[in-house]
Amino acid sequence: MTAPLLANDPTATPPAPVDRITVVVRRSFGDRVFHLSARAAGTLTLALMVLVFYFLLNASKTFFKVESFSKFMTDQAWVPDEANAGVGSLLFNTILVSFLGVIMAFPFALAAALYVSEYAPRRLRRSLTLLLDLLAAVPSIVFGIWGFFFLMPRQRHLSIWLSHELSFVPIFKVTDGQYADSPFIVGTVLALMIIPIAASVMREVFSQAPPVEREGALALGGTRWGMIRSVVLPFGRGGIIGGMMLALGRALGETIAVTMLVSVVFTRSTHILHQGSNTISALIALDWGEASPIARSALMAAGLVLFVITLLVNVVASMITSRTRSGSLTEI
Amino acid sequence: MTAIDTTRPGSDAANKDGPSRLTAHGVHAWFGNHHVLADVNLDMTPLEVTALIGPSGCGKSTFLRLLNRMHELVPSATLAGHIELDEVDIYRGDLSATEVRRRIGMVFQKPNPFPAMSIAQNVLAGAKLGGIKLADRDATVERALTRAGLWNEVKNRLSMNGGALSGGQQQRLCIARALAIQPEVLLMDEPCSALDPTSTRRVEETIGEICSEVTVVIVTHNMQQAFRVSQQCAFFLATEGEPGHIVESGPTEKMFSEPDDQRTLDYVNGRFG
Ligand SMILES: Nc1ncnc2c1ncn2[C@@H]1O[C@H](COP(=O)(O)OP(=O)(O)O)[C@@H](O)[C@H]1O
Ligand SMILES: [Mg+2]
Repeated sequence: MTAPLLANDPTATPPAPVDRITVVVRRSFGDRVFHLSARAAGTLTLALMVLVFYFLLNASKTFFKVESFSKFMTDQAWVPDEANAGVGSLLFNTILVSFLGVIMAFPFALAAALYVSEYAPRRLRRSLTLLLDLLAAVPSIVFGIWGFFFLMPRQRHLSIWLSHELSFVPIFKVTDGQYADSPFIVGTVLALMIIPIAASVMREVFSQAPPVEREGALALGGTRWGMIRSVVLPFGRGGIIGGMMLALGRALGETIAVTMLVSVVFTRSTHILHQGSNTISALIALDWGEASPIARSALMAAGLVLFVITLLVNVVASMITSRTRSGSLTEI
Repeated sequence: MTAIDTTRPGSDAANKDGPSRLTAHGVHAWFGNHHVLADVNLDMTPLEVTALIGPSGCGKSTFLRLLNRMHELVPSATLAGHIELDEVDIYRGDLSATEVRRRIGMVFQKPNPFPAMSIAQNVLAGAKLGGIKLADRDATVERALTRAGLWNEVKNRLSMNGGALSGGQQQRLCIARALAIQPEVLLMDEPCSALDPTSTRRVEETIGEICSEVTVVIVTHNMQQAFRVSQQCAFFLATEGEPGHIVESGPTEKMFSEPDDQRTLDYVNGRFG
């Protein structure tokens, strides 16, 4: 404050000495307790993540002694006892079924979120919101069992129809009549599982679209859909992307439901209707029991890869969701 | 005052019907069981600016929102009485709410441009929302911004984000946005309450220029502003426990110099409210 404005002006009088005080903000007892516990909880979470990472790294060391990391990342086979194993096909298949799930979930999640936040009668809104959150918490084994006993036999017909009618689409090609346990089935079950989570995140963001902007659109003679397109969707873009990424994170790591549905393959095929699918987490769950120490170490290494990828997806998702809206400058 | 657009294309821009007359007969409004407006009668005449004045909470905004069917967006809100746009009842006739709102535009207290859209897109938003085909988008943008007194400030950055303007510019952008679909009536709810004096003056100039083409109804807390911009004036009042109503309405000159009711005189002279 007291810095001379014209530092080079020889006639400027030196600034008078001023008493400076440092204001110490004293937190109240409650504030301090909260501050400390919040910090402790945050630190603990981070520490746990680091611990898990360290544990996986340590456990996979045994395998990385017999096979190099770079070979592990590309190797498509899975014969860890002969030092011939890698995530080359595993990662491909994990990402394939997860993306299938996310792509199939997207329109339904978006529609569900828009319905609950924009179209549902006001009386129903709260219960529907609760229902979405409840659905998000249904244990995945329920989805697995349902997918195995109910969906798989029925979806077979759809698979057959698709592969016949749309055989010119390369990914729908099936030549040997093997339709069970396909990435399509696994992806469908994953989609059903992640719809509530994605919809829940989207709904939350949609409901925060500023009322003044909504009214602005309606006052211009906009219909409800017009208002949604010009205000709610642009405002909720971050939530849409973030919700889908969060769902992707869950799909990537999902174990139980997938384990019930896959029939393990170690090839890289994009024929999504054809039998044979696989994911890292399902392989770990299926193989762990009978695995030799070296094979367990290889499974740990695969787990490490999954951990890093899921972490990345989740970090990006939360960054997008919490990022301030593009038009944050409007606040006057 | 130099902003009047002389280049305006005839067919596309000229208001087909000219400004319209808006009348309220025996209008009441409720929020749930809360009776907030009672028996309001008011004639809002074309070519004149009608100012609604009165203390906070007396129902001015509610009345304004009844005029373009924004009131019904509040759950539990109900109404009674007749509001007519050129002799057609806007609640009982064939007019849909969207049609009413297209013909009776609104500018809000807080500037609310669409932040994700550019300045030009903001101006064209109404046409897009209403599915209106525009013969010449650029001309529409220029004309609307000119009428709102914003053209010279933004003509070189029309693709800039609408949210990046100053508060006063945003409000004029909202006026331009409302004018771009050529409403017959423009409702303004304390449009200057969030603005600095310079922006306020620009908005008042704009009102003076547009009132030959649209019927303007403005709510204001600023008595000088009401006096400067309006030709007609209505004084609303809600006494303790009673719904708001119009104490007196008439030509602004008269309302400010020799009103019939003592309370009007007290209010316009700042003795209460
Ligand atoms: N959305 C609403 N829900 C319930 N009551 C409301 C709502 N909006 C306004 N009111 C009530 O209606 C009355 C009139 O409000 P308003 O029209 O905003 O007054 P003014 O604009 O003259 O200040 C006030 O008592 C206010 O509390
Ligand atoms: Mg108000």
